[in-house]
Amino acid sequence: MKWVGLIAVLFTGGLLLSAMDDFPNWGDAHSPANASPVSQYFIEKTIEDSGVPNMVTAVLADYRSYDTMFETVVVLIAGIAIMAILRVGNQIPRGARPAPVSAPASVNDDHQDIIIGTTCRLLIPVLQLFAFYVIAHGHHSPGGGFQGGVVLGTSFILAAIAKGLDPALERLPETRYVKIAFVGVVIYSAFGVACLLLGENFLDYGVLSVLLPTIDAAEARSHSMLGVEVGVAFTVSAIMFAIYANLASKGELEGGL
Amino acid sequence: MGETFKANVIDHFNFWVAVVLMMIGLYAMITKNNLIKKLIGMSIFQTAIILFYVSAGVKDGATIPILEHHAAETEQVEAGEHVEGHPVANHEAHAINPDDYSNPLPHVLMLTAIVVGVATLGVALAVTQVIYKNYGTLEEDEILAKIKAAENDG
Repeated sequence: MKWVGLIAVLFTGGLLLSAMDDFPNWGDAHSPANASPVSQYFIEKTIEDSGVPNMVTAVLADYRSYDTMFETVVVLIAGIAIMAILRVGNQIPRGARPAPVSAPASVNDDHQDIIIGTTCRLLIPVLQLFAFYVIAHGHHSPGGGFQGGVVLGTSFILAAIAKGLDPALERLPETRYVKIAFVGVVIYSAFGVACLLLGENFLDYGVLSVLLPTIDAAEARSHSMLGVEVGVAFTVSAIMFAIYANLASKGELEGGL
Repeated sequence: MGETFKANVIDHFNFWVAVVLMMIGLYAMITKNNLIKKLIGMSIFQTAIILFYVSAGVKDGATIPILEHHAAETEQVEAGEHVEGHPVANHEAHAINPDDYSNPLPHVLMLTAIVVGVATLGVALAVTQVIYKNYGTLEEDEILAKIKAAENDG
């Protein structure tokens, strides 16, 4: 079996490597991918169209905003799927369940937690503040909704790892993080629907400038990008924590690792 | 053969790395018996694809795809003082050169691919947890043996 796999892998790799002569050289600015009119357009016109210097954010949240919107939906569906998969056949009444194996006393001892607890108390607010910076500053520096959302979700995961899942779930219970995840998608699609209602295409933000008379179409695009990034960050942060909380507790949301 | 092959590897080393990583991941996915090891292989495979795309967007001497907007604006104002009355020509002189910025499109595509990777990995881990709960093992051959035994019993 191993030999069959090895031969298949070597054959596939050999096919790809044999085509290597036709690939563009490393760093070739005029390779087909880099010289394509689409990429050139993004680099040249982003600042004109929306005034956003970070092209990656502009392409993500404006030019390819359909992709990003359904990307967010994919993340949401993945989180819901994890909850569903882990809970199928789990409908044993709470009392009939075998008692969870309690951790050794030394682990639960609060006096052991001083260093970890203090570190987390200092680290988590900084992490969350940094997450907001990454989300809000995504127009001008590397960042955006996905990155900031992951940092924000990580801060909750850190709390769950350091203090146990139950205290973390007290702060962010399941009813709340599921709501946050859905609100993120709703925020994103609300921007699209608002454009539709104002007579433009779905997610064509330029028309939103009529809502705020002081800004022009390019600024409307810039601000709408921030809005949809916030929606993305809501969903991603909630689902990151949901994935951890459910995987760490086999979907039972108690005890944890 | 020797020299051209060497030149081929040096000019395309990013693609060679991506293909070799992809082969490692594919080998792990095909031959490993443990489901978690298969998932590790899947992650290596995804990383190879991400490296492939991002390295395809690299341009020699180019910077990250974020415009140096403040510097460009002040330059334009300063230059505008010298050549007044020719704003169009001035604008042309400071037009954005696509060769100065690496290709943003692969970055965007891979940003979303990373997120999908996390989502698929999470779902896959959930499925492996359920498999472990039902079969008590993550070794593929043991699971198959248990399924066959259950079929024969039924």
